[in-house]
Amino acid sequence: MNPSGERPILEARGLTRRFGGLVAVNNFSFSVHEGAIHGLIGPNGAGKTTTFNVISGFYAPTAGQVLFRGLDISGRKTSALAAMGLVRTFQGSTLFQEFSVLDNVRVGRHLGARAGFIGRLIGTDRLSERAADAKAMETLDFFGLQELAGEPVSNLPHGHQRMLGMAVALAAEPRVLLLDEPFTGMNPEETRRMMALVRRIRDRGVTIILVEHDMQAVMNLCDIITVMNFGALLVEGAPEMVRNDPAVIEAYLGSTDGAGHAS
Amino acid sequence: MSTAGPAGSIRRAVWRLRWVFLFAILAALPYMLSYSQQEIAVLLVINVLLVCSYRLLTLTGEWSLGHVVIMGVGAYASALLAKQFGIPVPLSMLLGGCMAAAIAALLSFPLFRMKGFYFLIGSFAAGEIIRLIWKRFTDPFGGPKGLKRIDPFPDIETGFLSIDFYEPVNYYFLSLVVVSVSLFILYRIERSRIGLTFHAIHWQDRLAESVGVDTFRYRTLAFVIASFFAGIAGGLYAHYVGAVNPTRFSVDQMVYVLVWAVVGGTTTFHGPILGVVVLTVINEIVLRALGLDTARPLIYGAILILSVLYLPHGLESLGPRLRTRWQLWRSGSAAGGRELA
Ligand SMILES: Nc1ncnc2c1ncn2[C@@H]1O[C@H](COP(=O)(O)OP(=O)(O)O)[C@@H](O)[C@H]1O
Ligand SMILES: [Mg+2]
Repeated sequence: MNPSGERPILEARGLTRRFGGLVAVNNFSFSVHEGAIHGLIGPNGAGKTTTFNVISGFYAPTAGQVLFRGLDISGRKTSALAAMGLVRTFQGSTLFQEFSVLDNVRVGRHLGARAGFIGRLIGTDRLSERAADAKAMETLDFFGLQELAGEPVSNLPHGHQRMLGMAVALAAEPRVLLLDEPFTGMNPEETRRMMALVRRIRDRGVTIILVEHDMQAVMNLCDIITVMNFGALLVEGAPEMVRNDPAVIEAYLGSTDGAGHAS
Repeated sequence: MSTAGPAGSIRRAVWRLRWVFLFAILAALPYMLSYSQQEIAVLLVINVLLVCSYRLLTLTGEWSLGHVVIMGVGAYASALLAKQFGIPVPLSMLLGGCMAAAIAALLSFPLFRMKGFYFLIGSFAAGEIIRLIWKRFTDPFGGPKGLKRIDPFPDIETGFLSIDFYEPVNYYFLSLVVVSVSLFILYRIERSRIGLTFHAIHWQDRLAESVGVDTFRYRTLAFVIASFFAGIAGGLYAHYVGAVNPTRFSVDQMVYVLVWAVVGGTTTFHGPILGVVVLTVINEIVLRALGLDTARPLIYGAILILSVLYLPHGLESLGPRLRTRWQLWRSGSAAGGRELA
């Protein structure tokens, strides 16, 4: 299944995460290749978000490892991982709600806009800040949000908020972008636009890992799909293969609320 | 409303001159006050720095109960450096600020493992431990009685000029200069990307962290900067009053800082300044005139409750609210006038 030879950009080995007695992720392994759009799916409660949280450093793994470009990064700080190029988005609208649209993306430029403390005080950071602002506007432009730059986030419709969430992450210039349910709550038109954008982000050289419940979107978008069930690996393969796999159908039908709406 | 035209340009010129007006008033103020009111004005200026430095910490969303103790760290450090090592007072004040910052940097390791309510309680505990150390160790901290006969700020004696800082008027101007410079630095920090990052951590620390903000480092930075300026306020206090003791920096005093901040509001830079100025004026002029100044804790409590109930966004929200009222009223009467014509 994996294109042989080349080293995966991201790899989970025997990843386990417990919450008390509950095993949310159970000895789970998968690897992601550079330039791929890699889907991670599974019924509600399968452990997808927890996997993201462990990979992105929000939770330490109970056991197992995460490797980023061959380097063991398990248990490192989220901010340190972002500096290495591993950035995630959040399920739902996790934004700086009280900020303007532009300020949200400006925070996303945190790593790019370096300056010393004194420089910030006396204003010699003006050049790097101007570059950061330009870059932020460029990112908004990419998502078609440039006209809304001055708006407070709370004025934005839900679909635009999801896009802004992705813009904030993209402003951090990731090598690997983890998207947690980017299409949730979007109408079909917005979903189509968003899918096109995800492809364009990949074409810029960003590897994408995608958790999503919109099966049509997942099947259309992903090069490869990993299916989780009860915290463990169920199946992995190309979309057509996964779609027709009896174990996958069984897992989705078996879960009480099916594939339609799980989170 | 005309922003062009002569009225508009006058208004703009006045707006530009507001700093000149403000400093003129501040310069004239002590000469309109009695001696004891001048002493209060000195403490008020010091308290402005205390509450503004506190606000910087609250930008990251954490409210500490140890800020007054940190002020005390600056006060004790500056006093001891001057008393025991003969370090000149202006320098000892600066070092007192550095000591307060250093203690904050140390405390941030245990404290920033906590957030919200736990941070509040943790900062209270840390403050009590520091106060216990002051009480327990008579050498060098003077125990419960504290330090007395702290070196005053040295007089300036040159050919033409001789300034005795024992005079409240002169100490008022000294404090005014130190506090103005400090407020300017605090303002610049808030307006820079550092301030943006503090706010970002307050509103959504997980998102900030995920785009590379080391939230622990920035929380520590806010705590250290706030503590530095609280320490400077402590130094100004110690060398003015000439004595410090553990009770002066107890949690009762912290409650006043909280009341100033809450009543003034912490959304804007000037909110806490409004809070401390208005409450000090109420306390020192109105209550004293009525002979009610011993009921200060009670009255402060009542003011706090009233302001939370009727002015939840603080005194700072009063100006913009009145302005919109005024504009509504004006446009309303203008429309009425047109109808009549
Ligand atoms: N912080 C947590 N504390 C306790 N249990 C959790 C926590 N996060 C997730 N879980 C549990 O772990 C399981 C997997 O959840 P999650 O990773 O959110 O699933 P998914 O994203 O695949 O729907 C669920 O049973 C969930 O209740
Ligand atoms: Mg989930």
